Amino acid sequence: MAPIQRTSQQWVEKYRPKQVKDVAYQDEVVRTLMNTLETGNLPHLLFYGPPGTGKTSTALAIAHQLYGPELYKTRVLELNASDDRGINVVRTKIKDFAAVAVGSGISGYPCPPFKIIILDEADSMTEDAQNALRRTMETFSKVTRFCFICNYISRIIEPLASRCAKFRFKPLVEDIMSQRISYICQEEGLHLDSEALSSLSRISEGDLRRAITCLQSSARLYGSSISSENIISVSGIIPHAVIQSLFEACKTGVFDQSQKEVTNIIAEGYPVSQVLSQLHDLIVVADDLSDDQKARICERLSEADKCLIDGADEYLQLMDVASNTMRTLCNMTQECTYY
Amino acid sequence: MLWVDKYRPHTLDKVMVHQQEAQNLKNLIAQGDCPHLLFYGPSGAGKKTLIMALLREMYGAGAEKVKVENKLWKVEAGSRKIEVELTTISSNYHVELNPSDAGFQDRYVVQEIIKEMAKSKPLSVAGIKSFKVLVLNEVDKLSKEAQHSLRRTMEKYSAACRLVLCCNSASKVIEAVRSRCLNVRITAPAEDEIVKVLLHVAKKEGLQLSPAFAGRIAFHSNRNLRRAILSLEACKVHQYPFTDSQPVQTTDWEQYIVEVASDIMNEQSPKRLFLVRGKLYELLVNCIPPELILKRLLLELMKKLDSELKHEVCHWAAFYEHRMQLGQKAIFHLEAFVAKFMSIYKKFLIATFG
Repeated sequence: MAPIQRTSQQWVEKYRPKQVKDVAYQDEVVRTLMNTLETGNLPHLLFYGPPGTGKTSTALAIAHQLYGPELYKTRVLELNASDDRGINVVRTKIKDFAAVAVGSGISGYPCPPFKIIILDEADSMTEDAQNALRRTMETFSKVTRFCFICNYISRIIEPLASRCAKFRFKPLVEDIMSQRISYICQEEGLHLDSEALSSLSRISEGDLRRAITCLQSSARLYGSSISSENIISVSGIIPHAVIQSLFEACKTGVFDQSQKEVTNIIAEGYPVSQVLSQLHDLIVVADDLSDDQKARICERLSEADKCLIDGADEYLQLMDVASNTMRTLCNMTQECTYY
Repeated sequence: MLWVDKYRPHTLDKVMVHQQEAQNLKNLIAQGDCPHLLFYGPSGAGKKTLIMALLREMYGAGAEKVKVENKLWKVEAGSRKIEVELTTISSNYHVELNPSDAGFQDRYVVQEIIKEMAKSKPLSVAGIKSFKVLVLNEVDKLSKEAQHSLRRTMEKYSAACRLVLCCNSASKVIEAVRSRCLNVRITAPAEDEIVKVLLHVAKKEGLQLSPAFAGRIAFHSNRNLRRAILSLEACKVHQYPFTDSQPVQTTDWEQYIVEVASDIMNEQSPKRLFLVRGKLYELLVNCIPPELILKRLLLELMKKLDSELKHEVCHWAAFYEHRMQLGQKAIFHLEAFVAKFMSIYKKFLIATFG
């Protein structure tokens, strides 16, 4: 096993696109923003889409390209969910920063006459804080542009959303993802066979950050040559065979059989929330189930998921799911008979 | 000294189970750096052993010279001051604590301690790592706010300290924290692995232990290595030389629950419910966690049930356990489960036997 150079820098940071045109797959967004870069005219922005699609990268890249490294510090304010962003911060810090007039630009960069405030994970801001922003945005629009980044656009209040140009970031397709991953492998001197590459693209479900983190973890654990199993064991995905055998046990209609499987899963230490979501994937595409059966099983799956979030015991919840699935599959009575 | 501690492997090379994981961990830290780690798996699987061995691998024998401290943390939270008392186990290189002991104030503890550690960043002398390690146990019991504040702190102070998190169920750790760590799943050892360890311990102690009896101990331990070794020691106290037919020693609270279960099966009446409540109280005041009582009770009851009843009973157990997590007083929910079971069972008996 060849030793590979390890630095403490996260690859996610290392391979973050530095320029807007490097952002993968988000063609419309990139085209619009490139245009902006040429004219130096920028509306308020609202980026939304699933995690790991390049929202933060795009926002940072724009800011860097507009101002260059020197002016970046004075012209850009970046706040994310871990910073305190209550209504007080909006009233003081953001407002103060927004109100400051801008100086002259430096040559070599467009340096338009306004500052940028990037609010990352804006959907976790309270409604009050968002409301307090409304007027601020308009009052200082001459010298300040806002850039909101969020996963769920429905959690941004309507008055804010209507003041911004909205850009949707779509999940990456597998081709683009594989390209990017092979590029990183090449740079880092890793060897990934095609099977590992495709399973990495598959399990990350369009989330490039997750794919890269997963790649780095497996490189750290297993060295420079990585197989498909390595990827799966690092990512926390449960092997398909485990889920399949639980499902088969439920089909037999013998309670003790499913109890054995459940005990086994718990002893192996698999996270039950993951079991539930993979069981769901299996059930939804199963051909030999009626729609009615699928609906019944999924209903209980969702309840169990909620219970787990409330802190309920994993073993008991999984047992209940298994027993419900079994009753549905074998057409036993659904209602509790001796209730 | 208990055998569990006496025969705990101290280095990554000497572990008898999870050799693959140990090897991986060794590769991981061979280059001098390590990411944040999250160990998860059922209890008695060897998470703690691996963590301690990992620390030793990183810092040498100095990591094992630990002192136990009872520290008072004074935290300023907004306008008021909070005092939190917490026991920490620390060496020159690492600090270990149970943040969930602080109850609802766990958030402040997590932030304050990491900050304090980050202030005194050790110098990077040859062979000594330039970061400290903070071991946090039972992260799954941390409140959601504490976990959220952990995610910020983890990134901010990652230059000065590494976190090693340890928990039973990864489902209860928020995704944001999980994705920042390298996740290491520790499986419960298989029965034949437990047998191997038991035979090893017996050999070291100079005892005659037949594989058949070791197999029975392993079977009763439910794949929990710590329990297996403890019960081997208990069996030795009980009767030595071992005979193949001698009973495997179980803990007294489990025997107590077996008793409770047979009480419930024998009679279903308000009077019996009252009696059972007394016994449940007895268990609770002895600090047996209520989830464990409910789970154990379910398993005992299910041994004697028809399969059609099992579905139903299992459902209600999950239902009341969930309520127990939301509520405050565990005894209500335990009792509700018992009452529900009695009602179901009684109706079943009447329907079957008239």
